[in-house]
Amino acid sequence: MIIPHPLLGPRDSQEFTYLGDANLIDRPDWQAEDAVDRFHDYLYLRDNPAGEHKELWFHEQGDRSWLVVTRNTLTHEIISAELARDVARTRGRSK
Amino acid sequence: MRYSGFKVLKEALTGHRGWQPAWRDPAPKSHYDIIVVGGGGHGLATAYYLAKVFSKSSVAVLEKGWIGGGNVGRNTTIIRSNYLLDGNEPFYEFSMKLWEGLEQDFNFNAMISQRGVLNLCHTDAQRDAFRRRGNAMRLNGVDAELLDTEGVRKMAPFLNFDSARFPIKGGLLQPRGGTVRHDAVAWGYARGADSRGVDIIQNCEVTGFRIENGKCLGVETTRGFVGAGKVGVAVAGSSGRVMAMAGINRLPIESHVLQAFVSEGLKPIIPGVITYGAGHFYVSQSDKGGLVFGGDIDGYNSYAQRGNLPVVEDVCEGGMSLMPMIGRARLLRMWGGIMDMSMDGSPIIDSTDVDGLYFNGGWCYGGFKATPASGWCFAHLLATDRPHETATAYRFDRFRKGLMIDEKGMGAQPNLH
Ligand SMILES: Cc1cc2nc3c(=O)[nH]c(=O)nc-3n(C[C@H](O)[C@H](O)[C@H](O)COP(=O)(O)OP(=O)(O)OC[C@H]3O[C@@H](n4cnc5c(N)ncnc54)[C@H](O)[C@@H]3O)c2cc1C
Repeated sequence: MIIPHPLLGPRDSQEFTYLGDANLIDRPDWQAEDAVDRFHDYLYLRDNPAGEHKELWFHEQGDRSWLVVTRNTLTHEIISAELARDVARTRGRSK
Repeated sequence: MRYSGFKVLKEALTGHRGWQPAWRDPAPKSHYDIIVVGGGGHGLATAYYLAKVFSKSSVAVLEKGWIGGGNVGRNTTIIRSNYLLDGNEPFYEFSMKLWEGLEQDFNFNAMISQRGVLNLCHTDAQRDAFRRRGNAMRLNGVDAELLDTEGVRKMAPFLNFDSARFPIKGGLLQPRGGTVRHDAVAWGYARGADSRGVDIIQNCEVTGFRIENGKCLGVETTRGFVGAGKVGVAVAGSSGRVMAMAGINRLPIESHVLQAFVSEGLKPIIPGVITYGAGHFYVSQSDKGGLVFGGDIDGYNSYAQRGNLPVVEDVCEGGMSLMPMIGRARLLRMWGGIMDMSMDGSPIIDSTDVDGLYFNGGWCYGGFKATPASGWCFAHLLATDRPHETATAYRFDRFRKGLMIDEKGMGAQPNLH
């Protein structure tokens, strides 16, 4: 699989390590009333879709940036890649 | 029809005209007491034990393709009960005991061969960890032997003992571990279940669940609605997709692809199952002579039933590093299967929030060895509504309660288990 790195262009997926579902960006608020439930769901439950999946890849053998890659889990086709930092910011994180 | 040496001889002398199909091809009835979704090893074993042990007469297995087309026919056939943790070891040993009597029990030759499983260690720390695991096994009454370098050399002189980077310091041997012909397991359970009245219905995909007032009344299928008192789902890599149809959208499971490889047939050389402790590589030799080997999962979510080249390279490098002679063998076939990787690497056999709907999954890449016990325990749960004593830890709520069974200590990251 070739990942279109937004800064470095097409890179072999072998240069990356994989973390999983990009929803892991949305870490729950630890002070919320229902934090225990939310952390259970956040840590242990997955959508696990057959089809398009947004997921976190770490460019470990490269520039060490985290990417959000959109990939089809049925065909392994990679549709797009963004910097995870940008995705997190548009979701209101780390302002 | 019973299979026996005498029957083989008689058929050989009479032109093989007396063989009959090993199971029927029934149309689905309108209602069953218990429906098992998924005709893999686990689903078929569940149906077999429901009929045989729990005397259930109205049972059906619904399979979307043909039985044995899933992981039960794709795995590398290794069986063992060399686990460390209490939640696991009694269950896997129960499975091993069932394997030991299985062929007589279901009157089918599954070529169960207890040729030994040897895990190699390459550092002092790894040897300490193996000693601990071996002791844990023995405390559970399971056979385990710690071999030193010379012990390993006697068993497998062809390994690379000169590696300065990854010296072979010894290994943990489970003599009762081994291999089983995987297709025969599916066929044997299917035949055994069928002869006890279970309907095995192939080409029948479950496309939905009929749930009213929180109770599951049956399943929608490509062959129409089939009503049921209880429904048990055992669909391995498709767990997420099937449970979503019942409104259970999120499971503690990710689907990943694992690849396997077979070389050309060679003269007998590899005595049992050997696993490399410094890379992702394990190997055995089939009775036909092919070297059957594999390594790690590809590491990213997948439903594709085929993997990618980086892992092929990684597995072959592991093989070359451990037994350089393998470089002379040609690879004949390779394929992939979809694993239901759970959050702690251990399985789930439990009821769900939907009344009458039960779940069996999260087997990761080690569910073949579990087939007999998984079937028995799932049948126990379906028949009695109580977990079997060896499967009490395999609950959904263990994640909420902090009771994970994390053999590898990897945490909630399925691609590392
Ligand atoms: C390459 C590889 C190597 C492995 N090596 C080993 C090993 O050496 N030792 C070991 O212990 N384990 C091993 N495993 C793991 C083991 O094979 C699995 O954990 C186990 O087979 C899963 O259970 P099963 O047999 O019931 O699954 P499957 O055979 O996959 O059965 C599930 C069935 O459900 C059916 N299904 C899916 N959706 C539907 C639907 N909607 N309606 C009806 N039916 C449906 C599928 O068609 C399939 O037949 C390996 C797996 C792979 C892929």
